[in-house]
Formats: sequence, C-alpha cells, structure tokens
Amino acid sequence: MTIEFLVASAIGVLTAAGVYLILRLRTFPVILGTSFLSYAVNTYLFATGRLVVGAPPILQGHEAHVTYTDPVPQALVLTAIVIGFGMTAVVLMLALAAYLSGGHDKIDLQEDASEDRA
Amino acid sequence: MSLFLIAALPFIGALLPGLMIQAGRNTCSTWTGIISLSALIGLLVHAPAVLRGEVITASVEWMPALGLNASFYLDGLGLLFGTLILGIGCLIILYARFYLSSKDPMGNFYTYLLLFQGAMVGIVLSDNILMLLVFWELTSLSSFLLIGYWKHLPEGRQGARMALTVTGMGGLGLIGGMLLLGHIAGTYELTELLEKRDLIQADPLYVPALLLILLGAFTKSAQFPFHFWLPRAMAAPTPVSAYLHSATMVKAGLFLMARLYPVMSGTTEWFWIVTLAGLITMVLGALIGIFQNDLKGLLAYSTVSHLGLITMLLGFSTEAAAIGAVFHIINHASFKASLFMTAGIVDHEAHTRDITRLGGLRHLMPITFVITAVASLSMAGIPPFNGFLSKEMMLEAAAHAQLGDNAWLIPALATLGALFSVAYSFRLLLHTWFGAERHDYPHHPHDPPFGMWLSPALLAVLVVLIGLFSQGLVGGIVQTTAASVLGNHAHPHVHLALWHGVTPALYMSGVAVLGGLVLLALYRPAHGLWHAVPRPDAKVIFDAIIDAATKLANWITDTLHDGKLTRYAAIFFLFTVLASWHAFSGGAGVTLPREPMQADIIPIIAWFALIAATGVTVYYHRHRLLALVVLGIIGVVVSLSFNYLSAPDLALTQLSVEVVTIVLLLLALNFLPEFTPKDSGNGRHVRDILIAVFVGGAVAALSYVIMLTDFAMPSIAEYHLAQSHDLAGGNNVVNVILVDFRGFDTFGEITVLGIAALIIYGVTEGLLGSKVRQKLLERKPNHPIAGDEHPMMMVVATRLLLPIALMVGVYIYLRGHNDPGGGFVAGLIVAIALLMQYMASGYDWADKRQRFPYHASIACGVMAAGITGIGAFFNNMPFLTSDFGYFQFPPLQKFELATAMGFDLGVFLAVVGAVMLTLESLSRLAYRRGDVPDEYPMDINPSRQPKNEDH
Repeated sequence: MTIEFLVASAIGVLTAAGVYLILRLRTFPVILGTSFLSYAVNTYLFATGRLVVGAPPILQGHEAHVTYTDPVPQALVLTAIVIGFGMTAVVLMLALAAYLSGGHDKIDLQEDASEDRA
Repeated sequence: MSLFLIAALPFIGALLPGLMIQAGRNTCSTWTGIISLSALIGLLVHAPAVLRGEVITASVEWMPALGLNASFYLDGLGLLFGTLILGIGCLIILYARFYLSSKDPMGNFYTYLLLFQGAMVGIVLSDNILMLLVFWELTSLSSFLLIGYWKHLPEGRQGARMALTVTGMGGLGLIGGMLLLGHIAGTYELTELLEKRDLIQADPLYVPALLLILLGAFTKSAQFPFHFWLPRAMAAPTPVSAYLHSATMVKAGLFLMARLYPVMSGTTEWFWIVTLAGLITMVLGALIGIFQNDLKGLLAYSTVSHLGLITMLLGFSTEAAAIGAVFHIINHASFKASLFMTAGIVDHEAHTRDITRLGGLRHLMPITFVITAVASLSMAGIPPFNGFLSKEMMLEAAAHAQLGDNAWLIPALATLGALFSVAYSFRLLLHTWFGAERHDYPHHPHDPPFGMWLSPALLAVLVVLIGLFSQGLVGGIVQTTAASVLGNHAHPHVHLALWHGVTPALYMSGVAVLGGLVLLALYRPAHGLWHAVPRPDAKVIFDAIIDAATKLANWITDTLHDGKLTRYAAIFFLFTVLASWHAFSGGAGVTLPREPMQADIIPIIAWFALIAATGVTVYYHRHRLLALVVLGIIGVVVSLSFNYLSAPDLALTQLSVEVVTIVLLLLALNFLPEFTPKDSGNGRHVRDILIAVFVGGAVAALSYVIMLTDFAMPSIAEYHLAQSHDLAGGNNVVNVILVDFRGFDTFGEITVLGIAALIIYGVTEGLLGSKVRQKLLERKPNHPIAGDEHPMMMVVATRLLLPIALMVGVYIYLRGHNDPGGGFVAGLIVAIALLMQYMASGYDWADKRQRFPYHASIACGVMAAGITGIGAFFNNMPFLTSDFGYFQFPPLQKFELATAMGFDLGVFLAVVGAVMLTLESLSRLAYRRGDVPDEYPMDINPSRQPKNEDH
C-alpha cells in the first residue's frame, strides 16, 4: 500500500459518499453530503501539491539541503476550510429557516402546492 | 465645444428637469431647452470647419485591447443629423411645454426626452461602433419610456412594448452584424473601417454582416415587414411622435445605412434587399395612410412611406440617389415634424384627431391652417415647397433604376407611391380643414397660444425657404453630407433647384398629382373597396408570435427546471463525469514517473478508520445524530493526515473548524427532525449509488494520477519559499502567503466569511420576527432536557479553561508568522473557548457577560485588515504591501514586528466574530416559553430545586 493510493482512494470514497448524500431528498443529508465533498475537495487540492512526509513549509534558516513541501495549495486549502465552514453555516441556516417556515425539509419542489402549506 | 461635451450634455442635463420641476413648469422647460440649445450651439460652432470638408475628432482610449474606445467624430453626416436632433429637439421642448396638461408629470417627460436626445447624439457622433451600439440600445430604451409615458393608457403600454420588442430584436441583430463587421475589418473605429470597402465586400462574412445590420436598420426605421410598430407607437404624446417617430429616432436606421454606405453599398445583395424593402414600404405605407382616420395614424403611415422612399434611394447606390436621400431627410424632418405638431394642436383644441369628426377648421384656426397647408403641400410634393424638390430627385433616380432586366417596374411603383402620397396629403388638408364648419366638435377649437404654434410655424417657414432658396440654404450641407455618405473621397455634384427642365420626373410628378387628386375624389368608393378587401392585422400576427415564443420559452424552462433540485444535481454529476471521460480519452496515455511512498501501519489504520466512518455515516445517515457524531471521526482523520503530510497549519485549522462545524450542526439538529424518512425507492438508490461510484472513482483516479505525475510547469512554490523570509520576514510560508503574498485573497475571504455570518444573523432575525417564533416558543424538544442544565463540573472546567484557551489563542496568533498558527487558527480557538461558556453556563449567562457585539468584531476585523493594507499607500507602495523590522527592548529578547501582524489581527477578529455570530444566532432560536434565565449557574443554592420539565 502506498500513501498515494491511500489518499486517492480516500478522496474517492469521500467524494462518492458526498455525491450519494447530496442526491438524497431531505436537507440534512444533503448538508452532510456537502461536508463530505468539502473534505474530498480540500484533500484533493492539497494533494495537487504532491505528498511529502516530514517537510512542512516552515523555513529552517539558510540550510540549503532542507526541502520543503509546496506551500501554495496549503494556503489555498486553509482558506477553503474556513470558507467551507461559512458555507455550511449559511446552507444550514437556510435549510433550517425553510423547515421552520415551510413545515417540511424536502429538497425538491413539490408537485402538489397544498403539501407546501401543510 | 468638445464632442464629448456635446454628447454628454443631454445626459448630464437629464438630471435637471427632475430638480427644476420643483421651481415650476416654466423653469423646468426653460432649463431643458437651455441644455438642448447649448449642445446645438456647441455643435454648430464646428459647422464652418465641417462644411470645408474637415473632420473633427475626439478620442479617449478605454480598453484598446478590446477595440473599445470612447471616440467621437463629426463629419457632414454627423453634423446634419446632430443639427436635426438638437434643433428639432429645442422646438419640441418648447412645444411640449404647452402641449402637456397640468396633470402630466413634466419632469419625467423632459428627463426621458433628454436621455433620448443624448442617445441619438451619441449614435450620430460615435466613431467606435461598439459605443454606437450602446447608444443605439439607449434610444430603444428611452423611446420605450417615452411611448409609454401615459402609463394609464393600455395602447401606450402595448405600443411601447411592441416598439421595444421589435427594435430590441433588431438591436440584437445589429450587435451581431457590427461585431462581424469589426472582425472583418480588424478595427472598430468607423474612420478606419470605412476605408476598407474592398476587404469587407470580398469577405465571405459580408452577407451575414449585411443581413444583421439591415435587420437593425429596418426595424428601427420601420421598413417592411417591420413597419407595424411605428403606427402603434403613436399612442405616445404628440411631441414624442413628432420628435422620435418622424424626425429623429426612426431615421437612426437610415443614418446607419448612410453611415455604412461607403463599405456596404454597391453590391447586388445591398441593391436588391435595400431597394425592394424601401420600395415596398414606400408604396404600402402610402396606400394604408390614405385610409387612416386618425390624423396621427395617417402621418405615421406617411412617415413609414417616406422612410421607405429614402431607404430605396440608398438602395440604388448611385450618387444622384444618395444626394436625393440626404436632401429628403432634411425636407421630411421639417414638414413631418411640423405636421405632427399641428395634428397635436388640433387634438389639443378640438379634443379629437378623428378626420371624420373634423372638417372646416380653416376659419376657426387660421394660423394652424396655414402651417398645415404649407407642410402638407410639401408632403404631397407640390412646388415651390421643399418636398417637391426631393420628390423630383427621387422620381428622377427611380426613372433610371432597373430591377434586374425590368426597366419600368421601379419608375411605375415610385410614381404610384407618389400618387398615394398626394392622395393622403390632400385628404389631410381637405377633409380636416376645408368643407363646411361643423357644430359637433367635441370641443370648440381655436388657435393655440403663441408658444404652441411657434415651433411648427418655424418649421413651415423653413419648408418654404428651402423650397425657394434650396441651393443657397442647404446646398452646402447636402454637399458635405453626400460626400460623407458616398465616402471614398467622393466629390458629389450637388445642384438643387426648383426647375430642372422637362424631365421624365416632371411627367411622373404630374401623373402623381393628377392621379392622387382623382383618387381622393373617388375616396368613398375607394374606402369601401379598401375595407372590403381582407388584410392581415400586424398586431394579431405579432401577438401570435410573441405568444408562441412565450409558450416555447415556458416549455423549455418548465422542462429543464421542474423544481427537482436533486435531478439537476444528478444531471450535473453525470455530465461532469462524461465530459471528463471525453477529455480523458482524448489525451495521451498515462505514465506515472514519480516514485510512490510506502505506507507504514499508522496511515493504514487511519485509512481504515476513515473508510469505516464514511461507511457508517452513509449507511446510518437517516439516524442524524449518529451520522453527525461519526462525521467527527472523518474530520479528525483528515486533520491528522494533513499533519502527517507536512501541513501543520492545515491540521490545526481543520481540527478547530471541525469542532465548530459539529457544534453548529448539533445546534441545528435541535430544531430538525431526528430521523430522515425513507423517500426514494430502490431504483433511485441504485441510480444514485451508481452516480456516486462513477464520480468517486473518477476523482480517485484523477487524484492518483496527479500525485504520481510531475508538475507540468515549474511550480511557483519555489518563489514563495525563497522570498518568504527576505521579503516578508516570516518563516511559516503558508502564513506568509495568507497575510502577505496573497493578502488580497485573504482580505476578500474574511469579508465573505463576515457576510456569511451576517446572512445567518439576518435570517435568524427574519425567523424570529415571523410566525415561526410562536412555533419555536411552543416547541417540544426531541429529547427531555437533563434535569441539571448546567452541570457544575462542566461549568468549573470551562471557566478554568477560558483564560488558558485565550492565552493559547494569543500564543498561536503571535507565533503564526514563523511557526504553525496564525489568525485563522487563533480565531477559531478563541471562538471555541467562548463557545464552551455558552454551552456550559447557558446562553443568558454568557450573553450578559458579552459586552462587545460580534458584528462589531467582524467589522473591526475587516477594517483592521483593510487599514493595514492602506498603510502601504503612505509608504508609496501598492495596497497590502507589508513591512517588517526587528526590535530589541531590554530585557526582552530581540523580536520581530511586521505590519502583517495587523492584517492577521484583522483575520483573527473577523473569524472570531463570524463564528460566534453564527452560533449565537442559532442559539437564539432555542428559547422556549417558560425558560427561566439562569443568573448564576455556578452558585450553589441548596434551596434551588432541579427544574421540572413538566411545570
């Protein structure tokens, strides 16, 4: 087993779980699904910097032989994690407001309008 | 006056009427007039130079890479049209002052009118064709406002909509045509483009460009088969009809054809399309015009007919015809605007425009009668008025025109058009003004006040003067204009005169006048015949087309968007996978040059934990609380992986975000159903699983390949690693990127985060202000709440932890520049520490001790970051450039201070504020009726009984 295989398969599994949950018909599973997708996307973005063990991008003085991993995807992912929280919170709040004022937590618009009022 | 100012003046002036109307209607119209008049004077100052053959230009580069420049130029054609637009504009403004009743909002009217005027001036002065397009659309919009000015009239609204639809459609076509033209010529500047006749006409795209441009011109100038909107635009107030729908806007199409004449004309396509459209429009419009009973309707169809005449002349593509077209533009504008205004006067005085209810007005309104007589005789083409001259030129040109091998069709039809024209002109004159005076007018008419007849009278004087002294008065401008229309450095020979000797045109003219009078004498039988013959009604056809288009659009929308969001998502995922597959199968074979790393036991265990947790979450997702708890495991594993794979900053952030996210979801779950019901059948499940597996597999494969492939391009990582210490004074490169190299991104990001929190706050406020509040107050919790809401152990622990956690937060913040940490992580840690107080001691207790509102924290954060960025300006550096230095104050060690710290402080504050505002908002929903706020949750009061849920 290689690290790359572990990471890639984990990304795949997280994505699949996210997609499956996003295709559910109630709001809460969909929000869980977007969280899964966030994990997958963040890890994927991070992995585009290639995987390196034990070389964090913290400069160690002027020693020429020290190698560092790619810091740019890390910076991107760091902000993505925080924004992901904001996104989850907004979507959650909208779902909550829809449930509280609409009376149900279905994702799809209902064919029968009277059901909305129920 | 600069061309910029001339074009801008009406737009700037459009602000005035709205303000000046407060000072009275006279002030309002005076100022509007002053604006128009100044622009006109500004334009006429250039007239001597332009008449000498010079071209005035003014240009500012805006987006040269896109060919988009603000450039104006003034040649003969521009001068002629500009003078018509501004000159007649002044007269119309005067006329409208008396025409509008005291109930009409005059400020609005003059504002729309000036907007329209500015747009028209913009069209005729534009050098850049992209800018011309913008002005073109503006005329459609402002004319929509003007036609629909009387909002209470359904005809006004319908007419405005129809005009906007037709001219807007043409405008879309024109955009396409102009872009093609610019593409062919390689320039969007008219002055350059007009030199490239051979290049443009040889291009295979010439015909599509021509068709699209003509679509724009024909719709604007109401050419057959788009003529039907113009008569329906007559629902507008008469000043608008006189201005837009006779003298100026409808001539924009003609202007465009004249403007592009040097490069577009002369080809077979141009000749056939333009000539035929013009010929049909001329004859048809004149024929329909005869049988209109509405004065303005008659004039509208007459306008259509005359526009057709000019179009036809442009179609002929000969020098003589072009001169005739230019001359007729002047003449038509003068007599038609005058006639419209007198029609408005009749309407104003007699309260009707119906010819059958009028007649015998000449003694009642002698002044108006004289004006109408002069203008309508000119329209009929009777000497010595100016309409006669240009009609002769038209007939002369038509006499020499051949339609293919046919030499008689065009002259015959042109004569017929002129004949009809004589008929409706005399009908207007005789049936309205002559005959016996009647006693059943809706209102007894008499001549209007001086101000109202002044404008048409001035135009009528022009009609006579141009007729008598044509060469001296307008010979110069016709010469210059014809030269710019013909282009290619032509020197047209202009000779305007009443008497050209006995020419074919004179015979044709004679036939037309006699024939027209005979036709009018036979008006009753002709009228009966006209109404006996079935005709298609343009409005019915138009409505049917609009209806069909609406139905089609609805059908497409309803089919594509049936409200099933999950279906959109499924289609999106499938499409993405298929598109990626298409891209993948078209690429080269995959090689994996990088050496993979062998995993030891711990990553494998973590991997199993992640897979198992994912499986459990998905399998038990209907049990929401369980799913949520297990989701936490995944977050922890992801965080550990980041740490293992050399990303300590990510690990810290992921871990702390995980905490707040789970708390957030738990809070929300409080209000949501505990279980997800089973909605979808097995078929759907299988479908969704298949889609999920496809997408997951594709992403996994893609990630695997990326991780084992070398960078396609040199990574920018090297730059950041090399410069982080020297340029930004920081050793933690990730943090330096966030607060320095890519500070602008971070600045935007914390702003977005703050906005997200404010949205949540706003939604909460909305919920609490609605009927939902009642439901929330009466809500039964999913589970009975524990007897001891604030367990002392937890209260004590969190209180003790608070200062420690805050200190850790400060530490993490301070070390961030050189070691893992920074504003984001510190903000999250402090937020969690505060959050624990809410959880342990209750919302009321914590809220009472919270003296600094979280909104303010967000605002301070964003401002701190912004001000730090602006600070760079004082150092003559771009926004967000950072500075740093090393300081030593005994007995402290040497330490570093960087401006980036201020920025990071902003990040810290914004994150704390956003997270806390979000969670606080959600907590506020939880309050239920009967809840007693706990003032001192930690105090031990033996007399206090554990609260009973059922009281």
